[in-house]
Amino acid sequence: MAAHRCGLSVVCILIFSSLAHPSSCDTLEKANDNTATKRRISEVNTDGSVAGEDMNERQWQSTDVEVNRSDGTKNGETFAPAKDQFQEELVIRPLHSGDIYASFQFRTLWDTDFLQEGQKKVSHYRLFPKSLGQVLSKFSVQELHISFTQGFWRTMQWGQPFIPSPPGAELWVWFHDTVSDVDGNWKELTNVLSGIFCASLNFIDMTNTVQPSASFKPLGLGNATDHRFLRYATLPREIVCTENLTPWKKLLPCGSKAGLAVLMKSEKLFHSSFHSQAVHIRPICQDEQCTSKAWELRQTLNVVFDHYTSGQGKKEWSLFKMFSRTLTEACPLASSSKVYVDITDNPEGELFELSPATPLLSQAVVLGDRRTYSVYDLTRAETFGQLRSFNLLLRWKGDSGDMLRPLLHAERYVAGFGLQTGEIHTVIYNNHPYRAFPVLLMDSVPWYLQLYIHTLTVTSKSRDNKPSYIHYQPAKDRHRPHLLEMLIQLPPHSMTEVTVQFERALLKWTEYTPDPNHGFYVGSSVVSALVPSMVAMSTNFTQDQPLFSSFVPVKEESSYFVRVYTEPLLVNLPTPDFSMPYNVICLTCTVVAVGYGSFYNLLTRTFQVDEPSPPLAKRLANFIRRIRGVPLLA
Amino acid sequence: MGLLSDPNRRKALTNLLTRLNAPICMVCYLAAIVWFMGLAFEPFTLRTYMSENAMGSTMVEERFSSGERALSLAKEFDAHKRKAGGMPVEWLVKAMQARGLEVFTQSFSRKLPFPDENKERYMVRGTNVYGILRAPRAPRTEALVITAPCSPGNSDNQAVGLLLALAQYFRNQIFWAKDIIFLVNEHDLIGMQAWLEGYHHTNITGVKLKNYLMTQFHNWSIQAALSLELSSDVITSLDLILEGLNGQLPNLDLANLFYAFCQKLGVLCTIQGKLQRNDWDTAEGYTHAAQTMMLMVLKQACGRSWGDHGLFLRYHIEAASIRGINGFRHYKMDVATIGRLLEGMVRKLNNLLERLHQSYFFYLLPSLSRFVSIGYYMPAFGLLAVILLLRALDLWVNLGAPALEAVDGVTEAEQPSGPGVLTVLTPVVISHLTGVALYLLPVHLQEMAVEHFPVSETEAVVLTAVAIYTAGLALPHNTQRLLSGEGTEQGWKVLKLTALLYLAVLLGCTALINFSLGFVLAVTLVPITASMTPHMPKALSALAMVLLSPAFTILYCVFIYQELIEAPVSVGEGWMLFLSVISQGILDHALYGSLVYPLLALFIYPCWLMFWNILFWS
Repeated sequence: MAAHRCGLSVVCILIFSSLAHPSSCDTLEKANDNTATKRRISEVNTDGSVAGEDMNERQWQSTDVEVNRSDGTKNGETFAPAKDQFQEELVIRPLHSGDIYASFQFRTLWDTDFLQEGQKKVSHYRLFPKSLGQVLSKFSVQELHISFTQGFWRTMQWGQPFIPSPPGAELWVWFHDTVSDVDGNWKELTNVLSGIFCASLNFIDMTNTVQPSASFKPLGLGNATDHRFLRYATLPREIVCTENLTPWKKLLPCGSKAGLAVLMKSEKLFHSSFHSQAVHIRPICQDEQCTSKAWELRQTLNVVFDHYTSGQGKKEWSLFKMFSRTLTEACPLASSSKVYVDITDNPEGELFELSPATPLLSQAVVLGDRRTYSVYDLTRAETFGQLRSFNLLLRWKGDSGDMLRPLLHAERYVAGFGLQTGEIHTVIYNNHPYRAFPVLLMDSVPWYLQLYIHTLTVTSKSRDNKPSYIHYQPAKDRHRPHLLEMLIQLPPHSMTEVTVQFERALLKWTEYTPDPNHGFYVGSSVVSALVPSMVAMSTNFTQDQPLFSSFVPVKEESSYFVRVYTEPLLVNLPTPDFSMPYNVICLTCTVVAVGYGSFYNLLTRTFQVDEPSPPLAKRLANFIRRIRGVPLLA
Repeated sequence: MGLLSDPNRRKALTNLLTRLNAPICMVCYLAAIVWFMGLAFEPFTLRTYMSENAMGSTMVEERFSSGERALSLAKEFDAHKRKAGGMPVEWLVKAMQARGLEVFTQSFSRKLPFPDENKERYMVRGTNVYGILRAPRAPRTEALVITAPCSPGNSDNQAVGLLLALAQYFRNQIFWAKDIIFLVNEHDLIGMQAWLEGYHHTNITGVKLKNYLMTQFHNWSIQAALSLELSSDVITSLDLILEGLNGQLPNLDLANLFYAFCQKLGVLCTIQGKLQRNDWDTAEGYTHAAQTMMLMVLKQACGRSWGDHGLFLRYHIEAASIRGINGFRHYKMDVATIGRLLEGMVRKLNNLLERLHQSYFFYLLPSLSRFVSIGYYMPAFGLLAVILLLRALDLWVNLGAPALEAVDGVTEAEQPSGPGVLTVLTPVVISHLTGVALYLLPVHLQEMAVEHFPVSETEAVVLTAVAIYTAGLALPHNTQRLLSGEGTEQGWKVLKLTALLYLAVLLGCTALINFSLGFVLAVTLVPITASMTPHMPKALSALAMVLLSPAFTILYCVFIYQELIEAPVSVGEGWMLFLSVISQGILDHALYGSLVYPLLALFIYPCWLMFWNILFWS
């Protein structure tokens, strides 16, 4: 609906917005980051006019209008063209452990389809960041998912996250099926992204890249199934900090100057138990008929705040306490800007109290569970009250009860000790009381752990559990990692254990990292599954629905897709003592030289009994005798 | 090597070595003893220094102040411990949960091979409780462990109290980069062994773990562990215990870290219960250092774990025990100071980027600020080992001399073609079979022994071991006569050559792993084995051999140890201690996999029997 309104009266809205917030817009534009300024300048240049700041502003709007008109004339008057739009929202969920989970989502839509013939070059950008747009078109990316996570999501205490991600950096990309050199594109793409996000993505190479055959399917349009065009890599060692957050914030249309992004003060975001930021780009339908494609950019940021360390044991929360900021306005460019608070466990307000209260409620089925949310619409002035500032306060009254165990849960560890062999155990729990369901387990193990795949066992309830699908790609030393994908049926209420033994390789001395005694990381394994929904499980789900609609559970709600990441592993490899290479080299060289030399000497020399040489006088006499021809002296 | 390839010079060299063999050996032996004693002399040792950069440059500021809370928690723990008659599992779980930790328990049971009379236990059943402090924004890959034992009686309550207070304080800090595990273990080392085996998902000693709850939460690699023993509200000094299972020692940086913080906080610290003295140039100062070092050597040689930390070392986890001592000094410290010390140490360990690996793993400590590295103490052992090799060379030359004449052309058909393999093999095999009997029979025959003699199981085991050991003396010296008739002159020489080389290899390998054990055995075994021939007066040399046999070495060690810890014992008490040491050795092997007992029974004792055999060669 927002799109329609936007499409029909873009001019009015833009003029209105510039009138309504002239000062904020100005400061916004002035203080905006380099890329935004550059973007604007380039736009201006394409239009052939160079002017001052204000001129730029006007120019920007007018070009926009022109484009609009041309679009409109092209498509005719039958339906309004969908336009670039931007939405922002923040979901706050009080967790059972007492921690607070805050999840930001920013969604930018971009109505272009440059992958189609004839539209290769796109030079017009409005809300969509140009740096990403250019990357998409240059490398023919179909879909791109990148996440940076610091910390580990504690599924057993916190439940499932909205968007899961493994510790460290994760990148998976589907390339368009016209790409001929996928590996080349991938390599360049990782280097470019490394620059864009200030991360060490350039460490992604063929030794940690895999092509999963089943675990990662495209999430957007296009049902590509040929996994030749998929690349997946994780960097479990990547440390996420402010230098990754800043470029991420710069991708937002309002930067961190207005809207929800104001809350993102890095000192607070990194004073938390869990921090994860991600960028997801995928093609989606522009409209219901799906005649043309649009690009969707989702930027998500998930944070879990620890009530204990920051609250000094008091369970009381406010936006200000969490982020040291309050909200004063929505992003002027956003078509919707909302704050949701999960109040499912708190229907009568007996657990916690929210202030200010809101009459707006919303229900949604999230991860197979029907949740109720209080909604605060930031585009409405009354949300901010008289103080013109919105500070959501949450005061706990009672202790929250026990959390339902998450239906799917996985963990992994290395068994054994010593530096020669070991065993990787992956344990997957199905906590559903009566439903069995299949899961896809994907393991990517670096080559220096040499897996003995014949020792692979899968056991559930102490019985052998034969996977119905196994895709195994053995590693090549120094070239590619092991990839193991299995489809395993998890019996209800069970624990399934996957074990495989490995041997630790001895690396060449230049292959060790600068801190070899820290250990080497093995990325998280990925468990993807369609989990039977809690909604389908509950018996009284009919109470607020008409009876005719509820005999057979609705398909969308009967199961939901979940991806669970296990812990990364830290494995010690046999490490030489690097602290005294000079001594060692000198010593071994000396020993080898002396030992070898003398043994060679002893073995090759022939021994003869030596005649003692006669005295000099005798030799002289013999010499004279020889000349004279007289017999020699004995 | 040119020296050896020239026959004339080679002959001269071997002549020199054979002629001067005895004096050279004497000199070597004396030099070894003098060298070893010199190690404790301060100018010859190095000052300790922190090698690990991550722990060196940044001093942390300690703020722990809840000493009172620790003491009240200790009282509460004591009350609940008495009520539960063991580990107060429920209370501890609640207490840890209230401090914001993730808490787990682990039940284990263990049946000892025979009752342990020192600790009065046979069927052991217990529970370990551990709480995990999750480091914020850490991917669960690394961890530190702090342990406190739940001991019977009044001891170690304060350790648990301090552990809980520390947990509460640590939970409120945000700088943790590694998860911290707070473990309260029951039945000291047995509980610790159960925890470590559950953690590493291995089963090397046969502890029965009841539940596999453990397996859910253990994917870290543990970087370091500290074990805390504290039994009084105030203490006068802290003692650092390093010796672990099989004489393994933690990285020296851990000791340096402890010493650095003791210096910083003005805490008196001791090692082997001995304070450091500054007067190295006086006789008393030197004796003090020598005593400290000797204590370390003796403790390391016996191969048992001297604190709860000792079992961690097997898993390549650097660990040390810190024991609070309440002596008769004026200056007393409260629990808060110890808490600050631990906070400082844990925070420094938290800064580690790599495992502790920079500093030494093989060292002796004459005091906390001085150390002897492997490069300095190995020559002492080397000088002893050289004696064995010199004697072997001497025998080899002796054996080779007649053969050389044969080559010279004097063809004597009646010359015996060397002693048969059988002559040498028989005593070797029989000695080793006796060793196997000594290793296996005491534990397996205990029931039969208890049936026939009025003794307890423990006594039965120990006395069987002593009986087999003594019976071994009577057995093998008649064996070769049965098989090959009269023993020849060459026969014993070949046997002695074999035995000497065997002993050299054995001691060499032992010294590489556990220097102290190797050195102690070498000091007693080398003189008698080097000089043993069948032509010596039988009674006198037999007495000398028995007095320098491995069993008597243990007896001497018991007396010297008691003398050094200033608790001298009479002969009768010493004998009882000796018996209990043997039973503890056997138990340590069965429970934790200590290797000293099998080493002595299966290798050193048979080797000594071979020399015994030579003495009675006729």
